[in-house]
Parts: sequence; C-alpha cells; structure tokens
Amino acid sequence: MMPKNADELTQLGVREIRDGVASGDFTAREIAEAFNAAVEQAASLNAFIVATPEKALEAADAVDDARASGKDLGPMAGVPIGMKDLFCTKGVQTTAASHILEGFVPQYESTVSQKLWDAGAGMLGKLNLDQFAMGSSNETSYFGNVTSPWRKTGSNADFVAGGSSGGSSASVAARICPAATGTDTGGSIRQPAAFTGIVGVKPTYGRCSRCGVVAFASSLDQAGPMARSVEDCAIMLRAMAGFDPKDSTSLDLPVPDWASALDADLRGKKVGIPREYRMDGTDPEILDSWERGKEWLRDAGAEIVDVSLPHTKYALPAYYIIAPAEASSNLARYDGVRYGLRDLPEGAGLQDMYAATRSEGFGDEVKRRILIGTYVLSAGFYDAYYNQAQKVRALVARDFEQVWNECDVILAPTTPTAAFSPGAQSDNPLAMYLNDVFAVPASLAGLPAMSVPAMLNGDGLPLGLQIVGKPFDEQGVMNAGLAIEQRAGFTAKPERWW
Amino acid sequence: MSNNYRIQGATGEWEVVIGLEVHAQVTSQSKLFSSAATEFGAEPNTQVSLIDAAMPGMLPVPNRECIRQAVRTGMAIEAEINRYSRFDRKNYFYADLPQGYQISQLYHPIVGEGQILLEADEKAGIPEDKVIGIERIHIEQDAGKLMHDQHPTMSYVDLNRCGVALMEIVSKPDMRSPAEAGAYVRKLRSILRYVGSCDGNMEQGSMRADVNVSVRKPGEEFGTRTETKNVNSVRFVMAVIEGEARRQIELIEDGGTVVQETRLYDPDRNETRSMRSKEDAHDYRYFPDPDLLPLELEESFLEECRASLPELPDAKRARYTGELGLTDYNAAVLTAEVETFARFETLLAETAKRLGKSGAAVATQVANWTLSVAPGVIKSLGEEAKLEHNTASANAAILEMADSGEISGGQAKEIYEIVLKTGRDPAEIADTEGLKQQSDTGAIEAEIDKVLAANQDKVEQYRSGKDKLFGFFVGHTMKAMQGKANPQVVNELLKAKLGPSPQ
Repeated sequence: MMPKNADELTQLGVREIRDGVASGDFTAREIAEAFNAAVEQAASLNAFIVATPEKALEAADAVDDARASGKDLGPMAGVPIGMKDLFCTKGVQTTAASHILEGFVPQYESTVSQKLWDAGAGMLGKLNLDQFAMGSSNETSYFGNVTSPWRKTGSNADFVAGGSSGGSSASVAARICPAATGTDTGGSIRQPAAFTGIVGVKPTYGRCSRCGVVAFASSLDQAGPMARSVEDCAIMLRAMAGFDPKDSTSLDLPVPDWASALDADLRGKKVGIPREYRMDGTDPEILDSWERGKEWLRDAGAEIVDVSLPHTKYALPAYYIIAPAEASSNLARYDGVRYGLRDLPEGAGLQDMYAATRSEGFGDEVKRRILIGTYVLSAGFYDAYYNQAQKVRALVARDFEQVWNECDVILAPTTPTAAFSPGAQSDNPLAMYLNDVFAVPASLAGLPAMSVPAMLNGDGLPLGLQIVGKPFDEQGVMNAGLAIEQRAGFTAKPERWW
Repeated sequence: MSNNYRIQGATGEWEVVIGLEVHAQVTSQSKLFSSAATEFGAEPNTQVSLIDAAMPGMLPVPNRECIRQAVRTGMAIEAEINRYSRFDRKNYFYADLPQGYQISQLYHPIVGEGQILLEADEKAGIPEDKVIGIERIHIEQDAGKLMHDQHPTMSYVDLNRCGVALMEIVSKPDMRSPAEAGAYVRKLRSILRYVGSCDGNMEQGSMRADVNVSVRKPGEEFGTRTETKNVNSVRFVMAVIEGEARRQIELIEDGGTVVQETRLYDPDRNETRSMRSKEDAHDYRYFPDPDLLPLELEESFLEECRASLPELPDAKRARYTGELGLTDYNAAVLTAEVETFARFETLLAETAKRLGKSGAAVATQVANWTLSVAPGVIKSLGEEAKLEHNTASANAAILEMADSGEISGGQAKEIYEIVLKTGRDPAEIADTEGLKQQSDTGAIEAEIDKVLAANQDKVEQYRSGKDKLFGFFVGHTMKAMQGKANPQVVNELLKAKLGPSPQ
C-alpha cells in the first residue's frame, strides 16, 4: 500500500485504522499526529473543550511498541478518539461543559473510557457538549456553541451539530476524529448523529457502565459510540460495554462480538413502522427518507409491517418530567463545598454560598431543568407529575413489549427536522424539546436504538433514520442499520471550510 | 393493673404518649454504598471514598452485609421482612451531605411491623409485661459531621461517618411513661447487641433516638406531638419525655397549643428547645433512587439470615429460669448484656465439663459466682485486678475445687484474688499458699478427739439433748484446724463420734 498523507489518514475509520496499524500500512503515531493536526486546524468548530495531543501520542506509541514486540493488539489499537467531556478522565479536566466544574480534574477514570484505553484507543481530547448533556443543539455549553461542519449548499451560514453530543458528532463528521463517545439520555447520541450524517448507537440501558460518567438522568443515561460506519460503531461498542460492579444498574451479560456477527441479510425479519410516529407537521423530506428506509429494508429481505405504539405522544412530556426530576437531584452535589466552582461572597454563610455558586455555575438550561425537576418532585405535585410520568413510562415500555410480538425492529425517523441554525430554537425551549420526540420513547423503555445516515435533504443537509430493537438486541439493530447503510450509499461529507 | 403513669396538671391528670425512632449504626466493615471503612475515632476524612464524597459520576453499590444485618434485626423483633424494598432519595442541602440527598427508604422499607416485649419490672416502673409495636425498620446513610471549632470564620467537614449504614427502627406510639421508653431502648439495644447488628454504643453515637412526645387526658385522642432529635442516652430519653410532657401540659393549661415541631435537647440545661416548626420543615422531595435497583431478597438469603440468628434475650431468659433453674432475677441480669451471658455460658460449660455434671446441676453455683462473688472480688481489688487473668478456665478451676470440697468459699475468694493479681494457676495457688481444706479424716479425727476430750461436760449435755452444741464442736474443731478443715467432713466425723442427734 502506498504511504498515505495526513489528509488521507484522517478519512479512515476505526476498522481501517486498526487494521492498517496492525498490518503496518502506517503507524499509530502517524495516525495520532494526523488527527492531532486535524483537531488543531478545526478550532472554529469548537468541538473540543480540551485537546490532549500528548495523550493521543502516548497511546499511539504504546501500540506501536506493542506491535514491534509482537504483542497482541486490542480491538481499538491505534485508534485515537474523541471523549465526550461528560466522561471523567484521570488527570484531564472534566467539565460537563459547565462553569461549575471548570477546572475539575478527576483522580479517577470512567469505566467506559478506561475500557477504551485498555482496548488500545488514544484520546484526542475532551469533546464539547450541551451543559450537563442538557440540550439538543450544543448551544448550552459554557465553552461556547459547537458548529456543524455541514452547510447548506451554496451558503456560509452555520448549522448546529445537534446535542447533547454535538462535539462528538461535529468532530466525527468533520474527520477530526474517526470516532467519539457519546451519551444518550433522550436522544443525545442519535439526534446529533442524524444532524451530521454519521452513525450513532445507544445500546440497551445498562450495557455500558455509568460509573464515572457525570450523571444527567440516571435511569436514562447510556453511553454509546459515534462513528461513520455501522461496523465502526459495532467495534467500538464492544470495547465500551460490559458489566461493572461499580454500577448497580449495569447489565451482567456477556458482550457479543457484534462486528463479526454483522449481517445485512434481513430475510425472515420483520420491520415495524409505528403509525404514531407519523406526526402532523413532520418535514416531508423526513417522511421521504422514512419511505426510502422501508424500501431498503424490504430490499434486504425484511417484511415491513405497520405497528402501533399507542402511548408515543405521552412519551416526550413524561421524559421532560422524569429526566429533570432525576437531574435536579443528581446535580445537587455541585454545591461549592468539595470541588469545582465556589463562590463565597464576603461574610456569606452556607446558604449564600450555595446560592452564589449555583447561580454562577449553572447555565440557564440547566437551571430550567433543575427548577422543573424540583417542582415535579415537590410535596403536592409528586403524584400528579412524577408518579404519573412513571406510569406513562411503564405504558411506553409495555407498548414496545407488545410490539415485539409483531416485529423484530422498528424503523422511524431519528428527528422531525434536519439541523437548524444556531439560535433558531433557543428562545423556545418546547420547540427545542421536540427534537427528541422520536428518540425519547426508546430511551424511556431502555431499548437499543441507533441512527444511520439516509440521505441529504434538498438543502444538502443530512437526514438520519432510527432503528429501535428489543432489549439486548444491539445485533438486530445494527444489522438493520447495516442494510440501510449498504443501500443508502451515503458518501456525502461536509466540504471543508474550517 | 396496666401502666398508670400520670402527670398531675392544674386541670387534672395527663397521660403521655411516646413513640421512638431509634437510629442504630449497622455493624459492618464498610459503608452502606461504598467500600470505605467505618471505624470510630479515625482522623477526619481518612475514611472517605469517591462515592462518599459524591465525586461526579460515582455511583452507590449496596453493601450486602448491611442488608443482611437489617434483615436479621427484623427477624429478631419478629417482624415482617419485605422481600421487595427499595431506596429513595431524601433531598436537602447541607455541607455534611455531599450528594445533596440522603439515600433512605421511605416508600418500601426492608422490614415491616414487628414487636418488642418489655418484661414486668416493678422497680423499673413496668408493673406488667407490655408489648411495644414496631412500625418498620429501614436502612439509610448517615451524614458527615461539621466541625465549627477549627477555624475562626469557617466550618470544617469530616466525612468519615458519611455513608455509614444506619437502621432506623420506628416504634408505634405505644409507650406511656419515661420508664417504658427507657426499658424499650434498653431492650432494643440488648436485641441489637445479641444479633450483632449494632454495637449499641450510645456514647459514640452508634445508637440515638428521636423522641416523639404528646400528651392527652386519659381516654382522649392523641395530642399534637413534638419530635426531639438525636437523644443519645437512655437517661436523656427519659429526661426529654418528662420535660417535654410537662412543657406541653403547662402550655395547654395556660391556654396555648402544642405545635408540631422538631426540638433539640440540651443535656447541660436538661431542656428542649425548638429547632424548626412544621411550617418551615423541609420538602425532601423523596423519589426512588434511579442509581439503585430495587432490593429483591431471595428465600435462600432469608434462610441464611434466619439460620445465623443467635438465641435471643426472651428465649434465653426463659431457658435460664426453666432449664437451668435460675431465679428470675439472676436470669434477667445474666441475659441483659451480651458480655454477661457470654461470660456466664462459657464458665458454665467449662465448669460442667470439669465436674462431669450437667449445666443445670452447676448453673446456680456458676450464676452466683458470676453475678456476686467474682464481681465482689474484682471490685475490692480495684486497680490491682488484672482482668486479662480473669479467664474462664481459671474461674472454672476454682469452682471445681470448691464444688469438690477441696477449698472453702473463703479460700475460693482468696485464690481468685491471687489469680487476678498474678495470673497464677488456681490449683498451684491452693497448694502453695495452703489454701485448701483439710479433708484428711485422720488429722481431723485427731483434733476432734482432742476437742471432745477437753469438753466432756459439753459432750454430756449434747448427748442429753442440747443439740445446739453441735455448732460449738464444729467451731472448736475448725479453729483447731486453723479453718482449713472441710466443714462437711468435720460434720460427718463429729456426728459419727457424738452419736446420732438425740432427737
């Protein structure tokens, strides 16, 4: 193979890099250097809060040394990745894109990031996100908005990269990371993946340990991979997943080799099309992509069946009660006492310190959700809101349990629209929350789901399709994703302007 | 007659209604949701894990041992064990609470209703047996501790206690006098210590009570209650009840009303003062902790818990009076404290083994030794007693010699004294120090003969009916033997020589 230049190297995905390093086509160091340079040149995307080129090089050198001495290489060996800044990384600032954690340097490593390093991956840096993963456009970060690498055909106007994993989606789409970690609470992997034309997988709740991941809503938070191919996601997910005794909610199940078992032959499989997802006002191009998706899956041998998930319309309101409720409690620990920001006005007491620290340290969206969450848990409102939402959640989950009698996976749009302009929805939180309308039901039910690129819309912006599967059936989800990927022929990439 | 504790007010008699919430620290190596140590008295912040300090992303993982101890405690009070329970978050801000919430169990506690028997004890103000209902036991995290005396303007936080497992044992409002409340706390403490689920050390804060008190005219509805927090001795619990009941009565009789509030006890002034009223009570926003799965207990786990329970105070007491034939008093005293019965039972077993007798045959002797003789000697020695020498085998060796008549009761005490001071072997002491009774019939007979010969007149009187003189001969023989003769042998020989008693 001809030696590749840096631009060529950064076009490579996870498997290509891993295999290329293993076979000696290039060194892990060459890869790391190429991506470090790409990160540096892409500052205008604001995808990174902190770049860690030395970490990437250190990991790369370890892989090159291991290869030189004939040792076995890990499944992510030589692959430098971006780490969403919600994962605690030992010795490297971890902020959740907040002011309150600015300067916080953990003395410990999250389980998921440790597993990735153990698999041979290196860290390019800590990726920007919506503050505490709350947002759908990466406009709530204390460290500034992330800008999507995508632009409308013939326009210089910016677009959002989605959220909350907006730094992850932007950097993978822009080829400054071959892959990145994301976390998905109510769509935070799938929606930004859809907005930027990449693949994002939210596994079954509990597949990936939450230990060391800054919590947003504990019963929903789930880490997953974001990359440019289904196979790359499958490889990376395997490296991230697994039982962790440090997380009581983690699944004590074996981790399959999803990548090896990928199979786009869907003969004998049924794909459910939930009629409730055909909502009024959905972008016609989104509906068009959905139709194409059905065709592709039918072409792959699957039978397309109409199904019903009757409680779908209650899922979003229930989500926006449960997630803030948990967040209001999870974020109570940021109080200025032990770490992070402390604002202690002259002569102030404890309550003053709390008020000053939290007023200063949290952004508006985070405060909004803390207020909502505090309200719905308050005496007198608990039953009407939180308890009711939990009942809805159970009904949403039951909808899915029943539908699995009729189909193996569900196909739906990932988002109701393509990416929008910065600020377009910032003044209307409810409109912003609607971004998650298709993503949230699977989150509430804890099901594996993914977004896979389908097409570009008329403006030249990516649209994604969502696949939702049975509990623990990431394989079924990714097989369907692969079938779409093979037929969609999505090769578009953002033209470099940054 | 049931309990008749009444407080005389200006308008007549008042009855006091008491409920207790006892917080008992669970005995375990590590905390409820972290692996940090729980030892008392460590340097501040040396027993704090990342979880206890609520570092970002850190998650609680339940400690099986703490769950087990709560279940065993529930079983010991004959309570319903809930196969399904779960943890809830109690949300509030305080500097000793790093998470911003305490993990507790509001909606589904691990242990349901149970009961504790208070035995009648006239002297202690319990005229007859009374059963006190237990509402529930739940498990929760303890908080850290603020230190206000370390810096002129700042408070310091010690998180060593933070996250330590507590059982909150909630009684029904079944108690009607300070005496009952005192007896309840003592009995609960005894059960916890038997089970080994709490060390019951109230001074170190391992056990503390929230005392709920209300008053009413007998037969009327319950009055409004106040809750006095964190009372840490039996005496203080009783003092709080008395003081608080009187305060409420005076308030009502002066035309006021009792407000539902939380109060604090000041032991120095022996009074309670208001901490916060119901109006400014926190809204704790309880909700199920999403970091933790519900606790679902398997039957095998429950069986294991049940099988590991020791004999409990009520059963032990019944066995002591029944099987061992001890007096009610001795049984009550011996079973009150774990250390006492443990010492008794070890000594009983050792003594019975040495003597080849049943436990019942030596129980009274061992009980008397344990409860009165031995403590008397230890007390009289004061500092001189080296308690490490106070072994079961030494005690049993003394009891064995006493039982066989080798030594007298007085000699037993003397030997015991030397054992406690020096740790020497009791048999060796008896030999070396001449602390043995003379059972050699020859020697005794010789002395008896001398005594009888020297007191012929008395012998005549005895034989003609003055049988009280028997004691005279015994006394003189013992004196001649320098007190070392075995009195039983002396008696037997005297009887033989003097002939049968005239009557």
